[in-house]
Parts: sequence; C-alpha cells; structure tokens
Amino acid sequence: MNIAIKTDGLTRKFGDFTAVAGLSLTLPAGGVYGFLGPNGSGKSTAIRMLAGLLLPTGGSGSVLGLDILTQSEEIKKQIGYVSQKFSLYSDLTVYENLDFYGGLYSLKKTERAGRIEKALALTALTAQKDLPAANLSGGWRQRLALGCAVLHKPRLLLLDEATSGADPDARRLFWQLIYRFAAAGTTVLVTTHFLDEAEHCDRIAFIQDGAIIADDTPENLKASLPGALYKIPSPDPVGLLEGLSAQGHDMSGAYIRGQSLCVRTVGAPPRFAGDGTQKIAPALEDLFIYLVEKKRAKRHRP
Amino acid sequence: MTRLTALIKKEFIQMRRDRITLAIMVVMPLFQVLIFGFAINTDVKHLAAAVFDQSLSRESREFIEALTATEYYDITCAASSLQEITDQLQAGGVKAGIIIPPDYAAGLKNGRGSQVQVIVDATDSIAATSAINTAQLVGESKSREILVRKLRAAGIAGLETSALDVRIRPWYNPDFITAFYMVPGLCATILTLTMILTTSLAIIRERERGTLEQLMVTPLRPYELMLGKIIPYIAMGYTQLTVLLLAAKLVFGVPFQGSVFLLYLLTGLFITASLGLGLFISNTAKTQMQGIILSFSFIMPSVLLSGFMFPREAMPTFFYYLGYLVPITFYLKIIRGIVLKGASAEQLWPQILVLCAFIAIVMSVSILRFKKRLD
Repeated sequence: MNIAIKTDGLTRKFGDFTAVAGLSLTLPAGGVYGFLGPNGSGKSTAIRMLAGLLLPTGGSGSVLGLDILTQSEEIKKQIGYVSQKFSLYSDLTVYENLDFYGGLYSLKKTERAGRIEKALALTALTAQKDLPAANLSGGWRQRLALGCAVLHKPRLLLLDEATSGADPDARRLFWQLIYRFAAAGTTVLVTTHFLDEAEHCDRIAFIQDGAIIADDTPENLKASLPGALYKIPSPDPVGLLEGLSAQGHDMSGAYIRGQSLCVRTVGAPPRFAGDGTQKIAPALEDLFIYLVEKKRAKRHRP
Repeated sequence: MTRLTALIKKEFIQMRRDRITLAIMVVMPLFQVLIFGFAINTDVKHLAAAVFDQSLSRESREFIEALTATEYYDITCAASSLQEITDQLQAGGVKAGIIIPPDYAAGLKNGRGSQVQVIVDATDSIAATSAINTAQLVGESKSREILVRKLRAAGIAGLETSALDVRIRPWYNPDFITAFYMVPGLCATILTLTMILTTSLAIIRERERGTLEQLMVTPLRPYELMLGKIIPYIAMGYTQLTVLLLAAKLVFGVPFQGSVFLLYLLTGLFITASLGLGLFISNTAKTQMQGIILSFSFIMPSVLLSGFMFPREAMPTFFYYLGYLVPITFYLKIIRGIVLKGASAEQLWPQILVLCAFIAIVMSVSILRFKKRLD
C-alpha cells in the first residue's frame, strides 16, 4: 500500500496549551480525507505541521514518504496548500497570480503558460484572468488559490478550511474540483467544520481537543452509532424534552432538531413515543453529537 | 533562478500598480532636497540685536556700524536701559544685546581702553557661536585700527601689516556655500531614509496580508526571497539618486569634481546596504507599526552620528566610534569626496570595503534569521 501521510504521536504545544495531542494516523495515497472538528480543535495546527509550516513539539510524521522534521523543503515541492485566509496578491491580476506561483514552482515559460491556461479553464476563471484578484468574491478567490496551488501538479493537496468563506454554490463548485483532482490520482486532505462537506470525503477523522476521536468512512462511522435513532415530531419539542426529563426518562441522548425531538436508544423504541415517531437513519451530525457527548461525559467523570 | 525572476517580476508589478507610493518615492526626495537645501544654512546672518548706547559718541557709532557691516547683526532696537535689553532677549525679540558704556569714547581717547558688552542668547548654539565670533573679530580689528592710528599719531610707522600673516585657503568650497556641503549629505540622508523604510515593511506586509504563509509552503528559498525584495528597490534607489543629483546640479549648482560613473557605482553599495538593513528590521518587527518605529529609531541617530550636520570630530570618543557602525558615515565620505573633492576609487578603498562587509553581514543575518515556518 502506498502511504500518503503517516503520523505517530504527532504533538504540538503552544506554551501550556496543547493544540494537537498525540495524533497517529495512516492515510493511503489516493482519495479525499477529511479532518472534521470544531474551531480550535487542532485541525489547522495538524495540517500546518504536515505542510512544514509548524514544527511538531513531539512525535513524528512523514508526508509522501518524506520526514516532516528533516525533509520539509522536499515535501513543499510536492504538495499544494490552500489556507482559510485569502493568501494571494490582491493587487495582481488573476493571471499574474498564477504566473507568479508557476514561477515559484520553477515551471519553465512555455510549460507554465500551458498549465495556467488549463488551471484557468478548470477553475472557470478564464474570463476573469485580467481582473485584479481584489475584485473577485470569496468563492472565486478560493478557486484561484486552488488553481495556484495545483500548477505544479502536486501529489498531495492540503486544504485548510478552504471553503469557509464561500457561499453554498461556490462550495459545491469547489468540491467538484476536489473530486477532479482526486480522480486524477492526487491525494486530498481537507479540514472542515461543515458536516455536509465531511460527507463528501472517502474517509473522515473526527478531531476534538487535538486528538482523533473516530476515524473511518462516513458509512462505517454512521453505522457505528450504537442503538437506533427515533424522530418524534412535535409542535413544541422544547416542552416535550423538558416534560419527559421531568417524568424521569433518561434524556441524555435526546436533542432537538427543528420541529421534532431526536432520541437515541439502545434496544426497543422509547416507551413514551407517540404518533408519527419514526426510526431514522443516522447522519454524520448524529454521530458527531454522540461522540462529543461521550467525550464530554468521560471528561467530567473523575 | 526561475523563482527569483518570478519574485522580482511580481515586486515590479506591485510597485507599478501602487502609483501613489511610486510618485511619493520620486517626488518626495526632490521636495526634501529643495526644502533642506535652501533652509539649512549654518552661516547665521542677520541676527536681530538691541543696542544700548550710553556713549552716543562718534566712536560708539563707528563700532556699531562695523558690526552691522558684517551682515551678521541687524540692529532692530535702540534700547534705553539695561532692563529693556534683558526684556527683549527674554521675549526672543532679539538674539543679542550690545551695551556700550558712557565712558566708551573717553576710554579710547585717554588710552585706558574701553569695554563693550555683548550678551548673546545661547539657547541656539549655532547662532550664538556665529554672533560671538563676529563680535570678537570686529572688536579685534577695531582695536588694531585704533592702535595703528595712535602709533602713527605718535610718529611710529611700519606696523601697517601684522607681524604674523596667516594665509588661509579654503579648498573645495572656497566661498563657504553651505549648500555645496549640505546637498550631497542630503542625498545620502534621503536615500537611507527611503531605502530602509521601503524594505523594513516588505516582509511585514506579506506577513500581515497572509501571503507570506503561502510563500512559505512553496520551494522558495530564504535567500531568493531576500534578493527578490532588494533588487527591485535598487532600481528605485537609482531613480532617486538621479533626481537628487539633477537637483544638486541644476538648482544648487553643486560642482561635480569627480566621476559621476564612480558615484553611481558606489551609491549602489550604499543603496544595497540600506535595503539590507531594512530587511533586517523587517525580519525582526512583527507589525508595520513596529517596523516604522524601529526604522526611525535607527535612521535618526545614524544620520546625526554620520557627520551629516555636526562634525564627527566634535563628538566624544564613544559616539565618534559609534558612528562607524552605520553605513551612511562611510557613504558621506564617498559622496562628498567624489562630488566636492574629485576623489578616486583608490582613495575611497576603506569606505568601499566597509560597505561591502556591511552588506555581507546584514544580508547573511537576514537570510539566516528567516525561517520558512510560522513559529
């Protein structure tokens, strides 16, 4: 098996704060991987260590078979990186930005021109190529950033919340591009806090407080949710939840979703369930809530 | 090489797009050299003075006329009491007070000698020195004149000329034109100011805009980044130098004794040294504000220690040697040497070597200090 990323106890501390706590994972080459987690969970710190932007304070790791501690400059030649911030030159045009990054990756003139044309077509920016990058809206800018990051045909693409500032349509377009690169054999690692984006990934690692709390395909993760999930429609789900709690029912696995109450139980459907209660297939969100609650409960237990 | 070319091209595009900064970089040096060149004159003339003439004699009028004839004094007030002179000096209405005693003429006549008191407002030391020197010179020449007249009246001749004749030939600037001395120095000062400020913001700006993080994940090497940030601004420095030299020649009529080619060649060293220093600051400061403050805290003392305005020979030993730590000290020797004295490259070897060493040090430190990491 060809390994794209392998880390062993990767740790990063900022003073007393541990941003990444002993991250160990092995990602085979090819496919789209997602680091899913809330803001401040350590996803960006982890991806920055892989990109060679931050040194780990503990553990080890390799990217494309190269050591992240000693061979980060070699790694940089073979990866593409897009961060959540717009990190291109707003006073340069779309084309000039692409030309500049093509130069930084030592692409020769004729080859560079060809790849820029291709990148423009791929990111649907051909008509905008002479516009200053400052004039592009959020989603377009991120597409340009992606275009700049893939000119040198990287074997690994690291996308750090690259879609956070984009509208849903722009995000959809962006993901189409991600699939294209993955289909062409590029390994893609994305960090996101959008659950719907995580569903697009071939494999997801849930990250919380700097550690992986689950790591599998979206299907397996959803199937791993213990018990069954029931949806009880109610015009007043808040009242229903409070009422049931007051009656002494165990409501620890219950949460409100719109005009209904979701209850997870192991075994039979909840006794109090009324008309219209239906068993639903768990979504990633349900698993995420379960995992976060479980971790929180563990932390509060002495 | 492809990476460096790409970086230089990008810097030139950004420079061209920022029209206002570009205009400031070309026009401001011109304004500065005009303002400073015309305004700075260490030869303080026409100082307002008050006279309290208690003698009111022919002799006292002669002395006052001799003073005003030098053009260093303008009598703006005829005071009628000592108190009036004190008040005028205190209020700043006059910079000097001349007090002639009632027995001035009598003292001269009977050979006892007379005293004239000159009170000088020494808050401005340059103006005060100028006033004191003039008053002393006038006093000495007047007393010699009186002496000669008396000796001749007594029948003794032959002392028409002094016993000792010191002949002074002021070379390189015989007419003591301040602008000749100041304008080349101004070129050095303006160049160091704009060059240090420009690069001191170069890296910080990329850091603040988030573009540095993107550069860090590319194979770009630190030395390429540093060179790419310097080379485009060398062109900028040469543009400024040309503007400044044209102003020096056409507006101030500064004579160019030496080789203009050599001046351009050696100015390249100074521009590079200043840009390197700016880069060093850019690597140290975290925000643009810090960069600007750090730059000015370096530029101000280095200009003062360089000998641009105050002779280095007058400085205490420690500060004299401190001046050797800043490139402008050496460049002043180069530009004044070439422009005013027609110095040749052979005569400027020490300065050339020091500037080269300076460039090597700041550039190596900047390159070594720059880490392609965020921590």
